[in-house]
Amino acid sequence: MINWKIQLKGTWTLLKKELLRFWRVVFQTVAAPVITGILYLLIFSHVLDSRTEVYEGVPYSAFLIPGLIMMSLLQNAFANSSSSLVQSKVMGNIVFILLTPLTYIQFFIAFLIASIVRGLFVGLAIYLLAIIYIDLPLMHPWFIVSFSILGGALLGTFGILAGIWADRFDQMAAFQNFVIMPLSFLSGVFYSIHSLPPVWQSISKFNPFFYMIDGFRYGFFGQSDISPYISMGIVLTFFIILASLSIRLLKTGYKLRG
Amino acid sequence: MKKAIVFKNIKKTYGTFEAVKGINLSIEQGEFFGLLGPNGAGKSTLINMLAGIVKPTSGTIKAMGFDVEKQYQESRHSLGIVPQELVFDPFFNVREMLRFQAGYFGKGKENYDWIDEVLEKLDLHDKASTNMRKLSGGMKRRALIAQALAHRPPIIVLDEPTAGVDVELRQRLWEFMKELNSQGHTIVLTTHYLEEAENLCGRIAMVNHGKLVALDNTKKLIRNNSSKNLNIKIDKKDKGKILKTLKGFDVLIEDEMLTITLEKIDELNSIITLLKKNKVNFFDIQTTEPDLEKVFLQITKND
Repeated sequence: MINWKIQLKGTWTLLKKELLRFWRVVFQTVAAPVITGILYLLIFSHVLDSRTEVYEGVPYSAFLIPGLIMMSLLQNAFANSSSSLVQSKVMGNIVFILLTPLTYIQFFIAFLIASIVRGLFVGLAIYLLAIIYIDLPLMHPWFIVSFSILGGALLGTFGILAGIWADRFDQMAAFQNFVIMPLSFLSGVFYSIHSLPPVWQSISKFNPFFYMIDGFRYGFFGQSDISPYISMGIVLTFFIILASLSIRLLKTGYKLRG
Repeated sequence: MKKAIVFKNIKKTYGTFEAVKGINLSIEQGEFFGLLGPNGAGKSTLINMLAGIVKPTSGTIKAMGFDVEKQYQESRHSLGIVPQELVFDPFFNVREMLRFQAGYFGKGKENYDWIDEVLEKLDLHDKASTNMRKLSGGMKRRALIAQALAHRPPIIVLDEPTAGVDVELRQRLWEFMKELNSQGHTIVLTTHYLEEAENLCGRIAMVNHGKLVALDNTKKLIRNNSSKNLNIKIDKKDKGKILKTLKGFDVLIEDEMLTITLEKIDELNSIITLLKKNKVNFFDIQTTEPDLEKVFLQITKND
């Protein structure tokens, strides 16, 4: 048996490498999505602030911020693990990890935490910039913290699965454009699902992004489309399912070991 | 003492293609071992199975007594593998890559001196802070070798490490490998430079079409599988006479050069006597030593 100190050092090294990987290109991995999020906020709040009120007493720009933070957090958590994996596979340097004694659990944990950290960085930056000129309450901070970590974990895991599956950059781009983007845009970032026709309301309830954004928003305003506890339960269930699947694939070496 | 590496009845099939057809092979600790074979013979598949990158269809592999599948953590701790493909991580510099690689094996600051020594021995110290992307092909190859050594493994496997590498580095690399070997490290080498294998390896295995076709002490392998050649410079006009005189010998005449493959060294006397008796003029005589290249060609051709 390899002792726990060696195991811990191995996991920490892989995590450190993954964190440094995105930090080395911080303009692309953090600054760019923050700018995009702020631009969404400026444009939508300018156009809709005086015309729309989703929650009573909450200006549209304030309503929008949590949605934009969560959307950016989720997209970047996904991008971190998926792009790291697919790049390593295409360039062949995944072999440096495959040759090591790191277990599939260590692999999973390191990629997962790095994804959460990048998501949190992006989300926090958007939050700090937004509150400079928009008042935003903080009703239940623990819901904000838990939904952001859980959301980052769910999308980081989704990214690991996509990274294992994709062999080429175009496959990953297709996954991002045809799965992640529609799910994040149709999740209630810009609206409450109560404003949608009944059919679309029902469809939205199959979208896990909706629960992450709705629960996260509850943390700020104390109001949500559905109970934050139900959202938490659903997000946690999705996470457990995807995490089990990705751990299973890592264990069998699917598309990684011949 | 535990064997360094043991392959037991190893088979690997891809669909209907059998890449490795039941190989049994043991490598002792402290050996400098050569694994040779033509392209596509199954050498890299064997190494990849040892490394755990490819799973065998059947059979078992052990490194330092640890099963590479069931005890993969322990077995990988004992292995340092230099992959054949020139791969690198473009985000980091050479020293960072080496520290990461050692870190995956649980090695931290206490290992930094060793990393510096590896950088020094492979003449990479000047490039330690250079990003991997900016290195030349030869430098990338050195970094790849350094990565395999970063955690100071007892077994070092080099899969064609000198492909595309200049003569100076090759010499330096082999000096370093000999030094590590003398310190007790087991070295396994695959190479297309057979002269290197002949000079370095104490024992050699040859693989062809997924089978082990030869396994012996390098000197014995050469002695048992190849014959000396006798080269005589002749007058072209005597070609017919020579062929008649040396009927029964393995003879080849190219231009003014007569080459006779000697089964036994004793044949030398009778050949000279026969040539003199039949008044064949000759102007120069040489014998050439057999080498691994000839043995390799002979064995892989016969297989």
